Amino acid sequence: MSTLIPDPADQQISTVGRRSVWRQLLRDPQAIITGLIIVVLSIIGLLSPLISPHGPNAASLDAINAHPGTPGYLLGGDESGRDILSRLFYSLQTSLIAAVIGAGVALVIGVVAGLIGGYFGSAVRSGTEWLFSLILTFPGLITLIVLLPLTGGDYRWTMLVLGVLLSPGTYRIVRNLVLSVKKELYIDAARVSGLSDIRILGRHVLFSVRGPIIVNTAFLMGSAIASQSGLAFLGVGAKDVPSFGLMIYSGFNNIYAEPLQFVWPCVALGVYTGSMVLFGNSLRDAFSGPRPKRQKIAQGLKVATTAIPTAVGAASVARADEPMLAVEDLGISFPGTSGAREVVKGVSLTVDQGEVVGLVGESGSGKTQTAFAVLGVLAPEARVTRGSVRLEGRELVGLSESELRSLRGRVVSYIPQEPMSNLDPSFTVGAQLSERARRTLKLSRRAARQTVLDLLARVEIPDPERVFRSYPHEISGGMAQRVLIAGAVASRPRLLIADEPTTALDVTVQAEILDLLRDLQKEFGMAILLVTHNFGVVADICDRIAVMQGGEIVETGTTREVFHTPKHAYTRGLLDAILDESSDGDARTVGAGR
Amino acid sequence: MSALLTVDQLRVRFGTRRRGTEVLHGVGFEIAESETLGLVGESGSGKTTIGRAVLGLVKASGGSIRFDGQDITSAGRRQRRALAKDIQVVFQDPYSSLNPAMAIGDILSEPLLLQGVTRRDARARVRTLLDQVGLPADTADRRPQEFSGGQRQRIAIARALAPEPRLIVCDEPVSALDLTTQARVLDLLREIQQRTKVAYLFISHDLAVVRHISDRACVLYRGDVVETGQVGQVISHPEHPYTQRLILASPVADPDRQAERRRQRRELLGSRPGGASA
Repeated sequence: MSTLIPDPADQQISTVGRRSVWRQLLRDPQAIITGLIIVVLSIIGLLSPLISPHGPNAASLDAINAHPGTPGYLLGGDESGRDILSRLFYSLQTSLIAAVIGAGVALVIGVVAGLIGGYFGSAVRSGTEWLFSLILTFPGLITLIVLLPLTGGDYRWTMLVLGVLLSPGTYRIVRNLVLSVKKELYIDAARVSGLSDIRILGRHVLFSVRGPIIVNTAFLMGSAIASQSGLAFLGVGAKDVPSFGLMIYSGFNNIYAEPLQFVWPCVALGVYTGSMVLFGNSLRDAFSGPRPKRQKIAQGLKVATTAIPTAVGAASVARADEPMLAVEDLGISFPGTSGAREVVKGVSLTVDQGEVVGLVGESGSGKTQTAFAVLGVLAPEARVTRGSVRLEGRELVGLSESELRSLRGRVVSYIPQEPMSNLDPSFTVGAQLSERARRTLKLSRRAARQTVLDLLARVEIPDPERVFRSYPHEISGGMAQRVLIAGAVASRPRLLIADEPTTALDVTVQAEILDLLRDLQKEFGMAILLVTHNFGVVADICDRIAVMQGGEIVETGTTREVFHTPKHAYTRGLLDAILDESSDGDARTVGAGR
Repeated sequence: MSALLTVDQLRVRFGTRRRGTEVLHGVGFEIAESETLGLVGESGSGKTTIGRAVLGLVKASGGSIRFDGQDITSAGRRQRRALAKDIQVVFQDPYSSLNPAMAIGDILSEPLLLQGVTRRDARARVRTLLDQVGLPADTADRRPQEFSGGQRQRIAIARALAPEPRLIVCDEPVSALDLTTQARVLDLLREIQQRTKVAYLFISHDLAVVRHISDRACVLYRGDVVETGQVGQVISHPEHPYTQRLILASPVADPDRQAERRRQRRELLGSRPGGASA
């Protein structure tokens, strides 16, 4: 299966549209509750001059330390005789303004600089990097206090400075996002269309990175409010602007006489900022898509509870007349959004000793899952719904991971499609192969080294000593595939499963790898199950073919039979779609009629 | 036959002047109006870089690229925007080439609006374009992730067709697609060419695909053009040893003919010591 064509199963979770973010938010009780709290408190703050029973600084001698419930003073009065409820309302307004200024400034500076620093070349980026590293070195609260003469005690100016101090965080988020989005081809396509950089940034880049910025905004607002209150509590800034910090300070002084005076502003401040942070968390969850249900990670071939494992254990004794591999009526399902989805629907397939069988199909046909079932490496959520997989007569379905592991590497081995991603970049090729040889063949360190060197020479690597010492990034893709083949045949497996072993390689390298596989197959008498979409590869190496479509095998036969006299309409369609280079150049409409 | 695109002695370097590597060592070719030139090569041959240089996405370090008589080797932003009407692109990866956050209609109309088309005309044109590439009209309101690889590639083709270009650079447009989808997309490209007389610079590693769609072919090897000619000629009677090796290495989908080809290939390689060059 080509890497560029993901399984339909992957596609469902890989992309999150705008609509689904809303849907996700509306399904999350935390988002609904905190969102409502934020909206209600913000509206109260905005309307405070209209709905407050008293002015924020209107003092009355009667109301000094009035108890809650005093007529006209629902939450009581403070030490100066001011109405606590009114002051709470006005403090909400102060907090809201502080949040909007602080977060707004941080966003504008951080996003603009992040877009510029991420999108343009490294010279521009090192400039913005330097600037924001410098800003980061300022100690936040102390800077704000030192700048007090400049801001004149007005909290709005203080919040403006705070916004600048908070901007490096936003800058870094945006810059990193832009760096990864910039590599997308649709940005190149926009440049080819002649879009100006500003338009590309505004329309394509900003739009793609908006999610994390929105999430970040919620946190920024929360921290702006907390900073503003903290400064007010410390007595920095004007005393006539009502704020939670001032209220907490005055309640603190009065804590023995009227402890409730201390509680009201603390609760209001905690609920307001806490809601913002929690709402930010919900937003982040919504943008990262529906969370997969936690699944117990267990390996091995798990049988669905509904399946009746008739074959399990029944034929666990190897028989001499058994084929190398016999798959019978195999069904594999994955949990989907609407119940289990069967991706392999009753596949039957045999591979005889020393035979090369091609499992051919287009993406999504289930060919790779079938191969994975034989290896016992299905994804943890996959379930075998029915059927049996017998390796030399031994039933694999229902075996535990440790039992399967003892078969893998000894009886059956695997060559993957992407050689590079199957080698660990932090260990040398030699170390990886030796470790594997020591484990499966129980060899000493020295013997393993010699075995590996012999194998590397056997897979026609020109300088085995050098490749043994190399790290994966130091060798080419074709060489890496040779290394993996060496590893796969180290234990002389009787069945080799190759999943698109040459798809990622150039054709000249592909031809060499196929030659190598053919030689090894003859020498060791291995059976090979070759999973591929390429009919040329099949024609080159396979004795028999099984054609898969939509989870079922639609046709099997010898390679010659299937190529010359295909029986199933789907096979005929596939063969017709092959662009044969020797076909007449004028008859160029091959796919016509489909 | 006057050339629509002329690439002459094109050189491209990556990295700094002192520690860079040259990936194109002076390549040259021409494309005429409504002609398809196939650019064949393996990984590292520089074929994609040529396409990106024509599109202005990488800078040339030497040589020239002329489009319709006009030197576009180092076209500025303004000249590029004018060229966007004439030169378009279809990329290999239909998953990364469409912005997932935008509706298909917006993706298709964006370049049109940039060319000064009114919103209403753009909408009508989007409908025509979708129809031309065989997609239903309601496609415009949907997002890229709702479509399969083949459908996305059709959308990418529609985007390229939007300004009625004279040249489309097709960078491996079908190599990420399944066999049957691949054939249908190639047919679509042919049909569009017959109708609109657009020329293609068709970049591919797959000889069969190039043979199928191209009039002429140009074989690249490690940053050099090793062979150019009529596509049938290049593939049936390759002159350069690399072209011969490339053709014999591509498997034929027929067991008997493939066995014959394998024998020929071994014969050709037999003269060289050691089989592995990977």
